[in-house]
Amino acid sequence: MDIIATENLTKTFNGFIAVDHISFSVRKGEVFGFLGPNGAGKTTTIKMLTTLLFPTEGSATIAGFDILKQRADVRENIGVVFQEPALDTELTGRENLDFHARMYGLSQEVRKKRVFKLLTLVDLLEKKDVLVKHYSGGMKRRLEIARGLMHSPTVLFLDEPTLGLDAQTRRAIWEYIKQLNKDENTTIFLTTHYMDEADFLCDRIGIIDHGKILVMNTVDILKKSVGNDVITLSCSDIQKLQKRLEQESWISKITLHASFLTLGVERGEEKIPVIFDIARTINVTISSVDVRRPTLDDVFLYYTGRSIREQDLEASHNGTKKPARFRLRWQK
Amino acid sequence: MNRKNPQAIYVLWLRQMKRFLRAKSRVLTTIVQPLFFLFILGFGFNIAVFPGMQGSYINFLAPGIIAMAILFSSMFTGVSVLWDKQSGFLQEVLVAPVSRLSIVIGRTLGGATIALFQGIIIMIIAIALGVPIVSNEGLLLTLIIMVLLSFTAVGFGLIIASKMHDFEGFQSIMSLILMPLLFLSSMFYPVTESLPGWLQILSYCNPLFYMIDGIRGSLTGINNILDPLVDLGIILTLCIIIMGLGTYFFNKSEA
Repeated sequence: MDIIATENLTKTFNGFIAVDHISFSVRKGEVFGFLGPNGAGKTTTIKMLTTLLFPTEGSATIAGFDILKQRADVRENIGVVFQEPALDTELTGRENLDFHARMYGLSQEVRKKRVFKLLTLVDLLEKKDVLVKHYSGGMKRRLEIARGLMHSPTVLFLDEPTLGLDAQTRRAIWEYIKQLNKDENTTIFLTTHYMDEADFLCDRIGIIDHGKILVMNTVDILKKSVGNDVITLSCSDIQKLQKRLEQESWISKITLHASFLTLGVERGEEKIPVIFDIARTINVTISSVDVRRPTLDDVFLYYTGRSIREQDLEASHNGTKKPARFRLRWQK
Repeated sequence: MNRKNPQAIYVLWLRQMKRFLRAKSRVLTTIVQPLFFLFILGFGFNIAVFPGMQGSYINFLAPGIIAMAILFSSMFTGVSVLWDKQSGFLQEVLVAPVSRLSIVIGRTLGGATIALFQGIIIMIIAIALGVPIVSNEGLLLTLIIMVLLSFTAVGFGLIIASKMHDFEGFQSIMSLILMPLLFLSSMFYPVTESLPGWLQILSYCNPLFYMIDGIRGSLTGINNILDPLVDLGIILTLCIIIMGLGTYFFNKSEA
């Protein structure tokens, strides 16, 4: 059963197309991720699906309810953890959860039980009576996730759930997300620009860039589509080598980047000597080479033509977007 | 669904109470500031003689100060939606499955409670300073007008908040709209005696005029121009219109 289904969902802001006719569906119980650089349209999509923004065009349903015509029913079925913190910092952690529970009409008995259960889940039971303004970033994030779960939503939206958190906290939050997907059978829709996050958490991902979904599939199939192994190499005359390698039928994909070349091949270890031989015959010196299993970076690179980092840099050059937080993992 | 909306109104009200009581400095300044006005202006102008004014100047001034305290406090509540917008908390409120009307009502009741609390404290101090009470019915009517004034001001604040995205514009609104309204409201001096004709007309177009005149008429029973019940009718109409507009604009604004 499709718990989220969109059709040609579109949002424009003063002529700028933030989300461009996207159609996709998310099945019940699945963890689905939108992967894309900053400014790709991820948050705008979430805001439309959670009834906070009106779509310019197109429609969507959540748990069978139309986001335009049955807004109250949609709201009933969703929990949202926003990208920017949305807590009342003048209230305590417990009060924030209690506020939320009352807004969703939970009875006193259920309220108490859920508050206790969720504060335990996110390890904040000891801090429940501390004002949120004294919480650390990670604690706030955890409290928000707990809040999103208070009313046992059918779908939980997580917008960049671990943005700006340290490695340890990220890991812990991933575990919570996995656990609640299993324990409460909550369908999860998350957005991220962290490859490892999408890889670790998602059953299926959609790669989104410039408001469009470029490709959507399970993580495994996406990785296989790039080739079983990826060889990355840099050399003295990159164009010359590329031209020569394009004649080889055993290379499934060959892509030229600014300073390196990537090849999608089978049994990469055995191909390295072959490549060196070819390079020698055309007088090109290979300066570095690397073989590995394809990662989501490769997938992203393959479908967008750029790494997510390059996109972030481009976005930050435009002066409107946040600086890149992404580390290129090519050069070791 | 039925149980949700009353609960939402209650918890929105509760949140405002908690926030207000925790912000000690806000509690203090909102009470102390009008008192400055009351004492300094009250005693400063006490020796002045205004033609046609009955009783001492402080009797004339006190109703205006009560109204001003309520007005500022309520408008602040309305505009503080902007804070929630900037801190992101508004999104949390807006994704909840409660009617937008309940959200507006909850916020308004919260703001009105705080404003009324401040207004009543000023009123008690004014009475202690010798401002006369005309009758018990008058006192009741005063409280009703204070409530309506507060609702109207919250609604006005909501309208401003839905049209603005930051606080830059708030300052100019305060000085461009609120100050002239206050000065033309008959708060500080009797407008019928002092102002030229065309400014008097502006005074009569000023909603605040009726609020202050109403409180003055119902509380002290002197120096008012219109019958307090006439004022009440005008204030009630105005309150409904502004609250309606406030809800409408709040509904339309996207988070």
